[in-house]
Amino acid sequence: MAYFSLMNAPGPGPVAPPTLVIRPDSARSLGLVADLWEFRDLLWTLAGRDLTLRYRQTILGVAWVALQPLLGALIFTFVFGTIAGLPSDGVPYLIYAFTALAGWGLFSGIVTRASGSLVQNSGLIAKVWFPRAVIPGSVVPAAALDFAVALALLLSLMAWHGVGFSAAMLLAPLWAAALAALALGLGLIGAALMVRFRDVQHILPVAMQLLLYASPVAYAAAVVPARHRDLYWMNPVAPLLEGLRASLLGTAMPPAWSVWAALTTTLLALALGAWVFRRLERRFADVI
Amino acid sequence: MSSEPLAIEAQGLGKRYVISTRAAATTLAERLGQLVRAPFAASAGEELWALRDVDFRIPAGSAVGVIGRNGAGKSTLLKILSRITPPTRGELRLRGRVGSLLEVGTGFHPELTGRENIFLNGAILGMKRREIAARFDAIVAFAEVDRFLETPVKRYSSGMYVRLAFAVAAHLEPEILVVDEVLAVGDAEFQRKCLGKMGEVAGGGRTVIFVSHSMAAVSALTQRVLLLDGGCCRFDGPTAEGIARYRALQGGAEAVPAQYVAEGRRGNHVRSARVHTSDAGGVHRHGQPLRVEFDLEVPEPTSSLCFSCKLVDAEDRNIVHLWCFAPEARFRREAGRYTLRFDLPRARLFQGAYTLRAFLSDRRTNAMFDELHGLCPFEVTMDGTHRDDYAWSAGDCTYLESAQWELRREGAEAQRGTVAP
Repeated sequence: MAYFSLMNAPGPGPVAPPTLVIRPDSARSLGLVADLWEFRDLLWTLAGRDLTLRYRQTILGVAWVALQPLLGALIFTFVFGTIAGLPSDGVPYLIYAFTALAGWGLFSGIVTRASGSLVQNSGLIAKVWFPRAVIPGSVVPAAALDFAVALALLLSLMAWHGVGFSAAMLLAPLWAAALAALALGLGLIGAALMVRFRDVQHILPVAMQLLLYASPVAYAAAVVPARHRDLYWMNPVAPLLEGLRASLLGTAMPPAWSVWAALTTTLLALALGAWVFRRLERRFADVI
Repeated sequence: MSSEPLAIEAQGLGKRYVISTRAAATTLAERLGQLVRAPFAASAGEELWALRDVDFRIPAGSAVGVIGRNGAGKSTLLKILSRITPPTRGELRLRGRVGSLLEVGTGFHPELTGRENIFLNGAILGMKRREIAARFDAIVAFAEVDRFLETPVKRYSSGMYVRLAFAVAAHLEPEILVVDEVLAVGDAEFQRKCLGKMGEVAGGGRTVIFVSHSMAAVSALTQRVLLLDGGCCRFDGPTAEGIARYRALQGGAEAVPAQYVAEGRRGNHVRSARVHTSDAGGVHRHGQPLRVEFDLEVPEPTSSLCFSCKLVDAEDRNIVHLWCFAPEARFRREAGRYTLRFDLPRARLFQGAYTLRAFLSDRRTNAMFDELHGLCPFEVTMDGTHRDDYAWSAGDCTYLESAQWELRREGAEAQRGTVAP
């Protein structure tokens, strides 16, 4: 119990640790990406926590990852395929809808969960420092895993229904990556704004629903009247989803210009997201 | 001290909060516009400087306490030190990795098992996965939870939970460790263990910044304190002096120190209590006579009326027990108002803060007429009892007894002296 004579034993300290200077205006020199890389262990741990918690105390456990999009696709099939009788480009409607739903699930999952993530983890933000982008970033692995499981299920459905496989399928991950990147950009903006404005959590479900119907998920883009189609393709989610479906099912490709526009929008969303987030993150603890 | 390299250097640190008055009602669209121009600038509100113009330099390898009343700015300072919030003014230089422990078990999730929470909490506190894996066994051993590693922590007792949470944090190895009032939880045994661990950290050449309301813990762990009041640094220097000034600040807030008066009581009760300390302001010098007085109101005397009192230290330990159970005591037979006085000719309480506990009861019926805690706060100092070589330190003892010593060697005359004269 000699803890009261501390000063007597300096001991060997670490050699010249780096100096950190904190000023009111100092944005940290490391970029957002470098931060995420440095704290990747935390990112994976948080992602693992969310995955573990999502299925703990459920009977079906991880099966929900596959069941959720499948049930969604079945509802779509019944409502839009059977009752409304929407065309599906010669592919069984279930598979047609399921493909787009998997992509949509990836996109909306990231946007929604990332936007709410900071507020949900406010306890951490008020008590510990780490690059805040780790929190919205940590929703990506879980959403990607959901997508991968849905994709595997889709491939087995396709084999069962006798839908042919093709080399174009190898492009599917790229379309998915573009969707995820767009979603992360939007999610970063949503998360940073929600810290101050809880309005975001009320706007978000409505906006996502609107976007769902403004994108070719339940129907083919071909059913949109020609005079509205240019406007339709301006929605960056539309060409990415249609491209994902084209690569997997061999359906019609979106026009090339719309794909480039969507990719440009994605980069802009990521850049804007990173900028807004870094501008606001130092004050999160004060306002959350 | 100045030869040591600096671990922390703060210059003119200030932090302003704006308390929103919700006056400026704007639409979200307007706010979004404002947000792009001036993010998080509050629309309108009252300004509050939680911290202003705070300067200090802390050499590497020292342990420094931060004390002050509630709202003095301690938490704000810790938040700036641990990078949770930026200062509004000034500059802070930190040399080395900062680990902060502002709360026990930040990020602990009740549904996750002990093992899962160790990894989660470790990662949140800034440890790499392999660092946690390397220290895993040490963490489990420190927390004494090896049998419950696979149990969700929601089934842990609160003691186990706190032990596990502290154990993870204690095995962080940053160059600078920032610790808030986290020892308020947990049992005394564990608190001692935590203090010991933090002492080790500081002894190992790392820097510890420690905030606590427990003066015993602060003086056990630190040689130097910063005393904050109203957001300003009022004192920066030796712990004992800082604590005395802190007590003086507190004394100013409480009307009469070392005194208690009951109001609106009926039946047998303690009407008032006083501690006559050697110095003014409830400060008592060690070894001086101490008088403790109680006014007892006894309208219904009983044949086995008992009065007792205890002098209690800052860690809630009973140090001295005083009583009057004498069969011939008049208050057992005659109604009236009594004054009961205890004189301690040489009060040997060790330095620290004390309060009284008083009990008025009937032994035969076990009726408790009065049971009072935290009466008459007073302070014992060691001023005037100088000791060579080793200055008095709060961990030395709880009570100081006097004794004679004798040192002999064959063929030489014995030497004699006294311990604690």
